[in-house]
Amino acid sequence: MLTRRIIPCLDVRDGQVVKGVRFRDHVVMGGIEELALRYRDEGADELVFYDITASPEGRSADPDWVRHVARHLDIPFCVAGGIRSVADAERILHAGADKVSVNSPALERPQLITELAEAFGVQCVVVGIDSQLVDGALRVHQYTGDPSRTVVAPRDTPAWVREAVERGAGEIVLNCMSSDGARNGYDIAQLRVVRAVCTVPLIASGGAGNAQHFADVFREADVDGALAASVFHSGTLPIPELKTFLRNQGIAIRP
Amino acid sequence: MLDSGGTNLGSVQYAFERLGVRAELSRDPERIRRASHVVLPGVGAAAPGMQRLRASGLDRLIPTLTQPVLGVCLGMQLLFEASEEGDTACLGILKGRLTRFDEARCGRVPHMGWNRIDGIRDSPLLAGLDRDAYAYFVHSYAAPVTSATVATCDYGGAFAAVVSERNFHGAQFHPERSAAVGARLLSNFLELS
Repeated sequence: MLTRRIIPCLDVRDGQVVKGVRFRDHVVMGGIEELALRYRDEGADELVFYDITASPEGRSADPDWVRHVARHLDIPFCVAGGIRSVADAERILHAGADKVSVNSPALERPQLITELAEAFGVQCVVVGIDSQLVDGALRVHQYTGDPSRTVVAPRDTPAWVREAVERGAGEIVLNCMSSDGARNGYDIAQLRVVRAVCTVPLIASGGAGNAQHFADVFREADVDGALAASVFHSGTLPIPELKTFLRNQGIAIRP
Repeated sequence: MLDSGGTNLGSVQYAFERLGVRAELSRDPERIRRASHVVLPGVGAAAPGMQRLRASGLDRLIPTLTQPVLGVCLGMQLLFEASEEGDTACLGILKGRLTRFDEARCGRVPHMGWNRIDGIRDSPLLAGLDRDAYAYFVHSYAAPVTSATVATCDYGGAFAAVVSERNFHGAQFHPERSAAVGARLLSNFLELS
C-alpha cells in the first residue's frame, strides 16, 4: 500500500535553513546539509528545500547546494524558489533534485507548467500554491516570500489547482497561509475543498503542531503527504515518534 | 552508466559513489562492452527516452550486452516490448507492454511515494531485503507481472517492481532515492557477474 509521506520543509536563505511565523521574522535553524541528513536518519520520507528569497529577488535557487545535497541524500527531494524557465529547472534537476516546485512564476505565466511537464515529465513538476480565505473565497497569493510584495492573485484556489493539473502538475503543495507557523493544526476545511478537485498527489502545508494534527490531515483531508517545518526543526516532534504514533492509528506509514 | 540523457543521471551516479563505485557515463559502444556492469537510468516519457537511445545507436547495442544490465525506472520500462505512453516501441528484451495506471482503480496518478515491495522471489538482486521493505516510486505507467518479475508492488493491482531475466534486470522504483533498500539492491547488482 502506498504510504502517506512525512515531509520536513527546509526554508533556505543565504545558505542556511530559516523559519518565520506567517512568512515573517525569519530565524536561523541550522545548516542545509546538517538538517537534511538529520531528517534522513530520522526517517523523513522526502525533503523540500525552498529558497524563500529567490523569487522576490528575481533569481533561481542555487544549483551548488542542490548538488551537494544530492550527493549525500538517499531520499527524494524537491527544490523550490525562483524557477521561471525550463533552463532554470534543468539546472536544478541536473544538479540532482528529483522535482522542482514552481509558485509565483507559474501564476505569472501558467504556460511554464506545460513547458516543464513536456521537458521533464509530470513527475518532476510540483506546483506550490499559497492560499487563504479572502472575503469568503479561497484565493491564491503571490510573492509570499516577501511580505512587502505579497499580493492576492486574481485566481480562486480550486480553479488554479484544476488548471495546474491540466497543464501537467504532477503534485500540488497547498500552503494554507492562515494556519502556517501557528501550530494549531492543518487547515482541514481548505484541504478538503482542494482534495476534491485535485487528481494528482496533494501535500498539505501549514499549521502542524503535534502528531494528532498529522493523523487528522491524513484521515480527514485524505492528503498524500504532510509538510512541516518548525515542529521538526525545534525538536518538538521527533519524526520516529510521529511515525510510530501514526502507524499505531492504522495510517499507512513507511517504518 | 549509459549516457541516455534525462535528469537523474547525477543522482544514480551519486548512489553508486556512496557504495564506493565510480559509474562512468558513456555512449561509446566499445567502452560499454568492456564494463563489468551496465546501468540504464532514465526519467521522463518513453518516446523521447527511446529516441535518445536510437540517436546514439544504444538501442541496438543494449540487447547484445552480456554483462549484468540494470534498468532504473524509465530504464527498466524501456527493456520491455512497448509502452502505451506515446504508443512507443521499446527494446523488446523482456516480454510485455506497459500500461497507464487507471485513475478509477488507483486513485491518484502518478503513483508517487514509498510503497511496499511484495511477492519477493528468490533472486540474488533481492538478497537481504525483508518483508517490510519500502521503496520510492514515481511513475504513471507500469509493467505487467510476468515470468521475469521477481518482486511486485500494489497500486490498484499488482505490477512489476523488480525484474530479472538472464543478464537483464530492472527496478521500477528509484534505488538512488530509496534509502537502505535502494542501496541494498544496487550493491546486490554489483555482486552479480
